[in-house]
Amino acid sequence: MNRAIHWQARRDGPSPAVPRPVTEAGDLETAMFEQARVGESLRFHGIGKTFPGVCALSEISFVARPGTVHALMGENGAGKSTLLKILGGAYAPSSGHLQIGERQMTFRSAAESIANGVAVIHQELHLVPEMSVAENLLLGHLPARFGLVNRRAMLRQAREVLKGLADEIDPAARLGSLSLGQRQLVEIAKAMSRNAHVIAFDEPTSSLSAREIDRLMTIIARLRDEGRVVLYVSHRMEEIFRICDAVTVFKDGRFVRTFEDMQALTHDQLVTCMVGRDIEDIYNYRPREQHGEALRVDGLLGPGLQEPVSFAVNKGEVLGFFGLVGAGRTELLRLLAGLTRSSAGSLALDGQPLTLASPRDAIAAGILLCPEDRKKEGIVPLASVAENINIGARSRHTRLGCLLQGRWERDNAVRQIRALSIKTPSPAQQILYLSGGNQQKAILGRWLSMPMKVLLLDEPTRGIDIGAKAEIYQIIHDLAAEGIAVIVVSSDLMEVIGISDRILVMSEGAITGEVPREQAEESRLLQLALPRSRG
Amino acid sequence: MAIQETTLAAPRQGLNMRRFLDDWAMLLAALGIFLLSALFIDNFLSPLNMRGLGLAISTVGIAACTMLFCLASGHFDLSVGSVIACSGVVAAVVMRDTESVFLGVSAALALGLAVGMVNGIVIAKLRINALITTLATMQIVRGLAYIFSNGKAVGVMQEDFFVFGNGQLLGVPVPILITILCFIFFGWLLNYTTYGRNTMAIGGNQEAALLAGVRVDRTKIVIFAVHGLIGALAGVVLASRMTSGQPMIGQGFELTVISACVLGGVSLSGGIGMMRHVIAGVLILAIIENAMNLKNIDTFYQYVIRGTILLLAVIIDRLKQR
Repeated sequence: MNRAIHWQARRDGPSPAVPRPVTEAGDLETAMFEQARVGESLRFHGIGKTFPGVCALSEISFVARPGTVHALMGENGAGKSTLLKILGGAYAPSSGHLQIGERQMTFRSAAESIANGVAVIHQELHLVPEMSVAENLLLGHLPARFGLVNRRAMLRQAREVLKGLADEIDPAARLGSLSLGQRQLVEIAKAMSRNAHVIAFDEPTSSLSAREIDRLMTIIARLRDEGRVVLYVSHRMEEIFRICDAVTVFKDGRFVRTFEDMQALTHDQLVTCMVGRDIEDIYNYRPREQHGEALRVDGLLGPGLQEPVSFAVNKGEVLGFFGLVGAGRTELLRLLAGLTRSSAGSLALDGQPLTLASPRDAIAAGILLCPEDRKKEGIVPLASVAENINIGARSRHTRLGCLLQGRWERDNAVRQIRALSIKTPSPAQQILYLSGGNQQKAILGRWLSMPMKVLLLDEPTRGIDIGAKAEIYQIIHDLAAEGIAVIVVSSDLMEVIGISDRILVMSEGAITGEVPREQAEESRLLQLALPRSRG
Repeated sequence: MAIQETTLAAPRQGLNMRRFLDDWAMLLAALGIFLLSALFIDNFLSPLNMRGLGLAISTVGIAACTMLFCLASGHFDLSVGSVIACSGVVAAVVMRDTESVFLGVSAALALGLAVGMVNGIVIAKLRINALITTLATMQIVRGLAYIFSNGKAVGVMQEDFFVFGNGQLLGVPVPILITILCFIFFGWLLNYTTYGRNTMAIGGNQEAALLAGVRVDRTKIVIFAVHGLIGALAGVVLASRMTSGQPMIGQGFELTVISACVLGGVSLSGGIGMMRHVIAGVLILAIIENAMNLKNIDTFYQYVIRGTILLLAVIIDRLKQR
């Protein structure tokens, strides 16, 4: 196959796609130009990854054997996707290295990872919808002479690549016209055409139909039987037990255990292993008095919700929402914050019916949202901390409807910075230079400057170090003690259990269970949160 | 505590050189270019030339004030050159037909406001790209200018009208006074009103502004409406200076205004911009052009030089951010 020759040529040249082996200089030559071969295992040696202020992974060591499908499991934020990013060359590890067969290496770029026979198939596929299937498959090395693409050769090569995998896909078709499952097959074909020996799937079935899942399983089994290493990340227990030969469990960025005998492993054992841990009491929960109903949601339907959602939250209550990513919790909060319009159902605040046409309506009613994606929806990055705090409340403190009052602006910023102990050299510091925790506190400060009845927190502690987390939990408790209804959406099981008076679990756009604090057990919540298999 | 001493609108951080340079570098550069020109070019400082320089600054300066708001909110407006021509024509035509200066000027300003409102509503409510929207209105309004004037310059007879362009107050030409007032007023508007701060927030992060309760759409419409109005004001001043409304005037003017802003340090992607950036950009462009004229540099070369300066300025700005 001329494609292979092409790759050989690329690797021989002084391209940036050359791995940096960690072995002694003598091995360098051989290590450089060898590609992963069938039958070699993939080893992780003490892989660690720290981001400023956060330790995402530490000391991960395990072996994925050739000819097996190896599952990676853990809660959200356990470190699975960070590990896949290191494998795919998107992140360089802070410590440790990989080993394929006898060769030790770390990847500095996606190109290095690909050149070493590794393919990571991400949830969001990296394909160009407006181009043809063939162009997508061969992108980066289209058959061309003098820069002129040889269309016939391109289609022939593409057909060869798809052969036996997805014969029905026309290489000339526009990629965007394919179903999601077919696009995934194109991505897999691309990986195989590059002779990938290690193929990692990140939640591949999350948007597939039951039939497409069956087909994917068949293909994965084939990849396994060809002696490749297959890594498989999924939340779906059923799939894990159906296809995988080994499971490695992660938790809080640490390796917990590898199970190699799937026959002996039970469903419950696996769940327990995923969630069980010592809890330091950073949550500092104290029982509080609740004073009657604050917000009632009745039969609410809207974008992202599959079934009508009904619940109520009391004044002084912390109501937790647990679920996996994509369960519809963020969408629910966006509805409550007036960002999206509901298609059915009603809201009542303090017994008064409420309609929300815009975020302003929600804010006027005292329903305030701290969004999930701080960078994208929370902060104005180039503006100062003071600006970011004052942007919400300042319109209530102006003269003649638009003149800012310098005194109020200064005092309010300083008051919130003190009250929330936001660590910043000055209120005039641009907020993008603050840590995630302090940015989050500034957004809380924005809302604390205003009349508040219901506070909606979407993943309030994501990407925040433990110290700032404890501070934010304290703020949540204080607000609840003042009689504010707090709704917390979180994918961190321990957090939800730690701070909530009551927990609602969502899965696939519907509420699947209500658990009072006293009965909140991790395995129960996780069971409720795991999607039931479709089809 | 240090915290309390800090002002909000103009952040000062003691001896933070970098911040200081970021804020004032271009204004210092303008000053430097001015001093160099004064030293090395004969007649540069002569009252006649200074007056000419001031007048050259005025039209661009007035329009740049509100272009700053468009840019700060993450958009821009290409129709301003056409608005200048059309408002001048409308003022001249209405004065010819009604003999009323008041009606003429009012009609011109109303036209600018209307064009700005259309731009704003289409961009904010219908979510159409500002480039396309204002490219379309640029051509429509240019066409209207030709239609209203029958394609010819329309002379103005009313002496009172010439006050805007040729009048003086305490020896300072009125256009320069108007420009200075615009600099002060819009600089203040940007820093000390909710409108100004909301404009910056929208350009800095529109989603966050929306979530914080900012009326994003309304603010955008106001930004473009005010820009149209001020563009018309610049058109009136220009028509007054030339004692006629000319439909072909101001072609490419919008790009001069945008390049002045960007040269001074206003970001094209929104969220960064101060009035001193605009003042610096306008000054630098005008002084260099004036100096080149005094040195008798061929117009063809002037284009090349102006383009090169703009390119260098934005490249330096980008390198600074690394």
